[in-house]
Order: sequence, then structure tokens, then C-alpha cells
Amino acid sequence: MKRLPPVDAVIVGGGWNGLLMAKELGARTGLSVLVLERGEPRRMQDYVEGMDELDYGIRLRLMQDISQETVTFRHSLRHSALPVRQYGSFLPGSGVGGAGEHWSGISYRYPPDSFELLSRTIERYGAGRLPEDHSIQDWGVSYDELEPYYARAERMMGISGKAGNLRGRKIDGGNIFEGPRSTEYPTPPMKVPYLAALFRDASRRLGYHPYPLPAATISQPYRNPDGVIRAGCAYCGYCERFGCMVGAKAQPTNTLLPVLGRRSNVRIQTGAWVRRILVSANRAKGVTYMDQQGEECFQPADLVFLASWTLNNTRLLLLSSVGEPYDPETGRGTVGKNLTHQISIPAAMAFFDKPLNRFMGAGSAGIAINDFDGDVFDHSGLNFLRGGSIYTVCYGFRPMANFGVVPERVRSRWGSEWKKEALRYYDRTGRISFYGEHLAYKGNYMSLDPKYKDRYGDPLLRLTLDWRDNERNMAAFMASKAVEIAREMGAGEITPFAGLKRYDVTRYQSTHIQGGTIIGAHETQSVVNMYLQHWRVLNLFVLGASAFPQNPSGNPTLTAVALTYRTADAVIDRYLRHPGALI
Amino acid sequence: MRRRHFLTVAASSVGGLLVYSLDGKPQRIPAAGSSTIRVPLRFFTEPEARVIAAAAARIFPSDETGPGANEAGVVIYIDRQLAGPYGRDRYRYTQPPFEEGLPEQGYQGRATPREIYREGLRLLRGFRDLGAAAQDSRLHSIENTVFFQLLRTHTIEGMFCDPMHGGNAGLIGWQLIGFPGPRMSYAEDVERYYGRAYRPKPQSLEQILGRPVKPFGEEP
Repeated sequence: MKRLPPVDAVIVGGGWNGLLMAKELGARTGLSVLVLERGEPRRMQDYVEGMDELDYGIRLRLMQDISQETVTFRHSLRHSALPVRQYGSFLPGSGVGGAGEHWSGISYRYPPDSFELLSRTIERYGAGRLPEDHSIQDWGVSYDELEPYYARAERMMGISGKAGNLRGRKIDGGNIFEGPRSTEYPTPPMKVPYLAALFRDASRRLGYHPYPLPAATISQPYRNPDGVIRAGCAYCGYCERFGCMVGAKAQPTNTLLPVLGRRSNVRIQTGAWVRRILVSANRAKGVTYMDQQGEECFQPADLVFLASWTLNNTRLLLLSSVGEPYDPETGRGTVGKNLTHQISIPAAMAFFDKPLNRFMGAGSAGIAINDFDGDVFDHSGLNFLRGGSIYTVCYGFRPMANFGVVPERVRSRWGSEWKKEALRYYDRTGRISFYGEHLAYKGNYMSLDPKYKDRYGDPLLRLTLDWRDNERNMAAFMASKAVEIAREMGAGEITPFAGLKRYDVTRYQSTHIQGGTIIGAHETQSVVNMYLQHWRVLNLFVLGASAFPQNPSGNPTLTAVALTYRTADAVIDRYLRHPGALI
Repeated sequence: MRRRHFLTVAASSVGGLLVYSLDGKPQRIPAAGSSTIRVPLRFFTEPEARVIAAAAARIFPSDETGPGANEAGVVIYIDRQLAGPYGRDRYRYTQPPFEEGLPEQGYQGRATPREIYREGLRLLRGFRDLGAAAQDSRLHSIENTVFFQLLRTHTIEGMFCDPMHGGNAGLIGWQLIGFPGPRMSYAEDVERYYGRAYRPKPQSLEQILGRPVKPFGEEP
């Protein structure tokens, strides 16, 4: 094995969290920082040729190469896991910028009570209301503690939106159910495509509180505190699964790389496939990786940051035997615990008489209501806990993925009759969507697969995951609300969501997978402490949504980035002066 | 090496300009001239290509609602996809063992898209000799096969892909649905056309960039 010259800090993964940590360490300290990214370099200039639905939207050019590594999946301990052989329910990114290149940019803050989910739920409804096999936990960090970091994350990305709660003052037109914000959004809300305007007006008539989605696809040119200037959105409709060719969508390559490029103490090594973290006597010594030539290298480092996305963060800890793997039968161990996804459903498909011009839009150009989020509404008489956002986003519907949707009365899926109806409704179909919380359960977890391997012979990660009645009942309730809104919007025919049954890896939900290396206040229940520092291996930090004890409905990126800012402050201001436990 | 196969079609049968009569009926104005196009096939033999084209044309027919798979050159799209990395299963995890799973675990088969089409062509033996109704009932009888599902997906893809991939000839598919293709900005348009159709003239990626773009993974 080739032994490389040591660095002060090695960061595994070059997405939002890894590159943000590299920027903070690089700009605020003199440490030598190395980012290991297994994908390829990416630049904004590449994306102008990327407005191609087949290569990017269907063949998924920005995603991890699934032929080299995937995960296996089963519904429960009683079933056998099989590999996810082609992408479906989520899309892990690869290359510099990671999934932060191909995201939609919807940038929610989580509601304050979601950080204390277990305590607040018991307080309001009693422990008897919790699902029998739940493993919900409090985060150990509160919304108030995280608020300044949320604000920093929003300023760095230039998020567009309208505050609904400014230091406790409720503001009409924003999300009045959000936690108190210290500042207004850095840029004003995005323009409103027609379908979203129909949704906004209809939901207001029904007494709800519509607000513009908080958007990293910014509404106007913006200069962030690092001096990075980005353009305003062109509404071209090539966001999710694509990189932004004008740099309006905040991506690590257009928001962090310009700063990193000016620092001589930060280096990004692409084509570096990390296989193990080397730990001895509770100290991380560095990582081993395969380089582009297929040679195995040992990179020594004083500080190790894992920022390789939820699944790979968990897998690397398991492969490296760092910490005790979670055992769902005994409840012992923590690594791999509390795997959650997100309920993400087309709650209602609405068929209109008028054309919608759906090709115009952006990944986060849309309108939402949070009247059914979290504990905003009382669950006493309901058969589920918690909730989420009902919304419509006009991300720019492209034809290969969207042609062919027809009202339920049309029975055929090919041939002349289908074609006639599909043509008629191609630009007259609107989707009312729902994002909802996915609670954590004892039986939903990650472990190493005993059978299937990656390109280097390392075991794949195995997901054991299924929906429970809480998710099924919530989805059904929200579909009925979405149908009411669609009717008020003037839809002629409406197809409600068919219902959540078993977890299905073939239906795209969202790329929001959480858990596995969760945050918490107690070592027995979590992998990292409230600063994302490993409880035992104190020079190891695990960044990203793998820290979330459960999914709190909204999209995770902004919260993951806020937590990374908080960790960066703790490392720079405290750990470097006095290496040791941060709590 | 196999003998090179070509698909020969009348230039007037693909692409063209789509216009609408006063009563809203679509009319395709074919490209002028009476020349023929000889397209080199990369995967199919010429007879195979004609069978796939005939089946795609039943899925997305050319009828009174406008042109279909034939005018878009869907079979050329499928031929190129199967000849390229997709056809060889470059975008799938193909490590054994292959075991039967639940539908929620996704396609677990060993067969590559190429092999699925070879099998599909066996299912469609004699297809071109049948009349339209008999062709439809043959397709109905295989509706639940992996092959038919792929063929349906690929037919839609071939109708609406960027023409650099071989389908959507003359942007006929985009004209049919009013999709403008890639476009640099709608910032001035996005709030201007509430409730009425905005249909800018479609352009391909090559047209808006002013230079050709190479498809992902295509060998030189």
C-alpha cells in the first residue's frame, strides 16, 4: 500500500457538507485539507451541454455509477435482500459537488418541535400514541441553537423566499408555521408559474396559508458573504438531475469552489474511492483509498471527516468496524440505526382544460402549504402522527418522463385512444405533491449485506425498510386534502394517489435518505454527539443527513449544511485549541 | 463481423413540419423532394428493424391526431440505444447471483436490453404479415413481458428525445406536443402566459448551442 504524506484534515466526499467543511477549515485556519472524492471533477461550463433529458434525466449522468456499487434491499428481517440493480426510489450523486449538483434546491428549515420529536409527542399525546415499534429520538440540538447556522446556510446559498415568522412576528404570505427566523430570506421569492399560481389561489380560498417554496434556484443576482456572485434563475426547467448552466441554482461547484480555488491549503483529489477509516486506540489515523490507477493508498490525517452521503457514511463505519453495528433484535449498537426515507407522493394528479406551459419552471419554483405539517394540526382524532407539506412545484416537466399520463377513465396505455388522450392532457396535467415525515422504527436499519459486493469486493450496504400504518394513513389523509385543493383549482378530472403499500425501490420518491450515524445526547443511543463528533473516536466527525434521527418531512440539505456550519465552528473555535470531546 | 445493415426510408416519411388546420387537425407537411434516406443500423438487421418499427407504430400510431413512431424514426433511436452502453447494461448492477425477487425490489433479470429485444423479436415472429387489428392483439398478448414494457418506454423516449439520439426526427415529436426543447431562458415568459398556450418554435440542443453535442458514453 502506498503511504502518502500526512495532512491535517482529510474529508471523505466532495458534496455540500464536505466542501463546506473544506472551505471553513481552509479559509479560517492554516490547516492542510484534502478532500477525497471518488467521482469526477465538475465545472459549471459542463452544464451548458447538459440540457438533454435522455443522458441526464433518464440515463442519470450525474449519479453514482450503479454498475460499480449499489445497495441491497428487503422489507424486513424475514425477507432476503436483493440488489437495487437500477436506480429508482432515490438518486445518489457523484463527482465534485455530489448530489448538490443535481438537487432541486428546495431549502426548508425544520420546524422547532421536530428536533424534540419524542418529548413533544409524549407531552401532547402520551406515550401510548407512539407506534409500538418506533425508535424516535430527540436530536440533542434545538432549533434555537441551530437558527444562526440556518441563517448562515441561507446567506451562503442566497435562498429566495418570504419569511412567515420573523423573530416571532407572523407575516402573511410566508410560512406562518415555521420557527422564528432572525432574518428575512437573502433574496425575494421566485416568480410563480401558472400551475403554482392556481394552487396558491385555490388553497388561500380554502383557508390555508400558501407560501413560496424556499429556493436555492435564486430569484435575482446575489453576492454572498464569501464574495461569490451568482445569476438569477432563467426558469429553463433543467434543475433536478441536471446541473445549472447559469449558476443560479446554488451548487457546491458554483458557490464553494470559487472560494476553495483561492486557498493553497485545500486540495481536491478526484477518482479516490475510500474503503476504510483506520482507527486504533480510539483514534482515527487516516483513510485508505483506491486511486484512479487502481493503487491502494493510505492517507494519514489528524482529523477525519466523513461527508460521503447517508448511505456511504454508514457503510464506511460498518466496513471499518468503528462503533457497534445496530442489532434490531436486541436493540444494541447504534451504527445503521434509524434508517428513514421521506414520504414523497403525487398526492393528486389534476387534469385541466387549459394549457399550463409546464416546460417553464425551476426545481424549487412552487407554492406550498404547511397547514398539515408536524403538529400544526391536532392529531387526537386521527390515525397517524405528524404530517408535512402539500405543494406544487413547476420544475420544468420534460416529455420523456412525463408523456402518457391520462385520467383514470382511459384504460389503455398504448395505441390510438391512449395517444389521443395523452396528447390532449400532456400540458394540461398538474401534480399536487406531498412530502411527509417518515418516523423511525426499530426494524428499519442498515447493515452490511452478506452476499453482494462492490467493484473491490467490499460488502454492499443492506437496507431493511418498509412503511408502517403511520405513513400509509398519513398519505391517504393528505391525498384527500390534495384532491380538495385540485378541485378548487378547477381540475375536471382528478386521480388521487393510489396509496402507500410496501416500500418500493422502483418508484422515485426523493433522494432524502436519513439515519445510520445519528446525532443524540447519549452515547448509548447515537453514533455522534451534538457536534457530529464520534462519541469514542474524537478526531472523527460524520457530516450530513446520516445524522438525522428521523426524517422531519422537509428536504434535508439546508439542515445538513447548518449542522456542518455548527461543527465547523466547534472544531475551529474549540477542538483545535483543546483536542478532545466537544461536550 | 456481421454484414452491415441499412434501413432505407423515404425522406418524406420522417420529420416534416406540423401545422394545424382551422378545425385543429394536425397536418404534417413532409420535407420536399423524393429522395430516400439510408440509415446504417448498429444493432438490428434490416428485417428486425422493420418488425420493431411496426410494433412501435402500433404503440404510438400515426393517425388523425398526428404523426407517430414512424415519422419520428423511433426504431433508429432504439437501434442506437441497444448498440451503445445502455444496450450492454452499462447502467445496471449486474453482479450475480440473480435471484427472483418481489416487484418492489425491481428488475432482477440477467438479460441485458439487447437480449430482451432478441427474445422480443422471437415473440413477434410474423408480425409484419398481420393486419393492424391482429398486430394489436399480438401486442396485447405480450403486454406483461419485460420486452413490451421496454418497447413502450423506448417508443416514448424515441418520440421525444433530442434528435442527436436518433429519434424525434425533424423535431416532429416536440412539434406534436408543443415542447420547445432546451431553451436558455423563460424568465420573461413564466408569469406572462397564465391560462393560454405558449408555444415557441422547438429547437434541438445542437441548434441552440450552434455546435454538435456527443451523446453520453457513445464510442467515437
